[in-house]
Amino acid sequence: MTESLKTQPGLQGALDSSPPPPVVLSPNESLRTAAFTVRELSVFFDERQVLNRISLDIPARAVTAIIGPSGCGKSTLLRALNRMHDLVPAARIQGEIKLFGQDIYGKDVESVLVRRRVGMVFQKSNPFPTMSIAENVTVGLRLNGVRNRSALNECAMQALEMSALWDEVKDRLDAPALSLSGGQQQRLCIARALAVQPEVLLMDEPASALDPLATAKIEDLILQLKRDYTIVIVTHNMQQAARMSDLTAFMYLGELVEFGPTRDIFTNPKNKRTEDYVTGRFG
Amino acid sequence: MTHHFDIELNELKQKLLAMASHAETAVNQAVEALVQRDYGLAIRIKENDKVLDQFEIEIDDLAIHLLAKAPLASDLRLITVAMKISQNLERVGDEATKIAKRARDLSQEPPLKNSIDLPAMARLAVELLKLSLDSFVNHDPAAARALIPRDKEVDSMNKQIHRELAHLMIADPEAITRCLSLMIVSKSLERIADHATNVAEEVVYLCEAQDIRHSAAAAARALSKE
Repeated sequence: MTESLKTQPGLQGALDSSPPPPVVLSPNESLRTAAFTVRELSVFFDERQVLNRISLDIPARAVTAIIGPSGCGKSTLLRALNRMHDLVPAARIQGEIKLFGQDIYGKDVESVLVRRRVGMVFQKSNPFPTMSIAENVTVGLRLNGVRNRSALNECAMQALEMSALWDEVKDRLDAPALSLSGGQQQRLCIARALAVQPEVLLMDEPASALDPLATAKIEDLILQLKRDYTIVIVTHNMQQAARMSDLTAFMYLGELVEFGPTRDIFTNPKNKRTEDYVTGRFG
Repeated sequence: MTHHFDIELNELKQKLLAMASHAETAVNQAVEALVQRDYGLAIRIKENDKVLDQFEIEIDDLAIHLLAKAPLASDLRLITVAMKISQNLERVGDEATKIAKRARDLSQEPPLKNSIDLPAMARLAVELLKLSLDSFVNHDPAAARALIPRDKEVDSMNKQIHRELAHLMIADPEAITRCLSLMIVSKSLERIADHATNVAEEVVYLCEAQDIRHSAAAAARALSKE
């Protein structure tokens, strides 16, 4: 994608025209393979600029948390990573996002295939209401033409095991998905995403609607999944980010303020705005 | 964090500062009681040790209460450092009490014929303690780093005093009890300097998030860079 950056009417003077600081990872982190390479990413909805020239490398097989106050652009950044904004007519993207070296907004790249490689789990669990537990898990495979029943069953079992739900549902796979509790439904959604064997999981506040016990199960699951998957999670819960993530990106007003190892962000942030935010003294 | 959290955090800081002031006073008074052979002063110091013990309990209690609110960044460092500094100050109080006990006993006996330069060692130990506490009050990691290597001077003085007292005990067996008391005082002063160093290391962590404990070489390198 090579659209040049344009200054939008109404935003002149509000934009910082100087280049944003380069993203610097700690020496250990720089050795990790980058799953996503984001460069100069800006997102607009009609005339409103929501993200301003974001650049960062999201490492593979790690959990990266995105934190920041409401309206800072966390979810907008997350959704740019799997082309969800394609579904929004008013959205316009500038800059570049590469997934393991491939430009996901390239001319010949289909968004559906991007979303197969980059799965997403939303804040409110959304199992398909008319389908059973097993059908929810295998819907992605069936839509991709897989018909072999034993392959589908095997896949469903693996995905439900990976999402730590198998033991709880193995005796009622034909039960309606909505018969599950909120936490179980969210894990079902994770299983559904895992069934198509993505490389990345995007999670937009996956536990914010859950009770503490269900939240703990989701967090444990994420820590297990990161062995095999790249995970990017948006959360407004800083303690959750501190518990789960390897790296943390702090955003404010559409800009990336600071990005680095989670331990550093939460014990010794370099930017005063980051310090003020994590200590609750923002504004 | 809320305004209420800030109030409680400030309360923690103020308690620690008050405790530091008490600890410094206890050491100063213990040394004065020793040098001036002041029995009355020596007795009062022992009673004041309970104040420092109570401070440590209150600071730990408040720190745990604040930690339960999951603080981060500089707040988290301040709370953990406060717990460690209060522990060191409580130990300083214990050492001051030990010195005071020996000062009490020695005041009831004739002074040694040979002079042992404990006052010089005491002045240095007290100075290091004051510098470390000032570095905490002033949020000054450079001052904290600067005092750390000087602990070696106190260590050398302790060894020298022990040698001199050992010779004295051989030469004058009637002085053995008094010499042993002075050895204990010297050891206590050496421990006070160690605690001052510990406080300085915690100040560096508080201000810079750098852990320089158990690394005299690292501290020396940091100094040479400045």
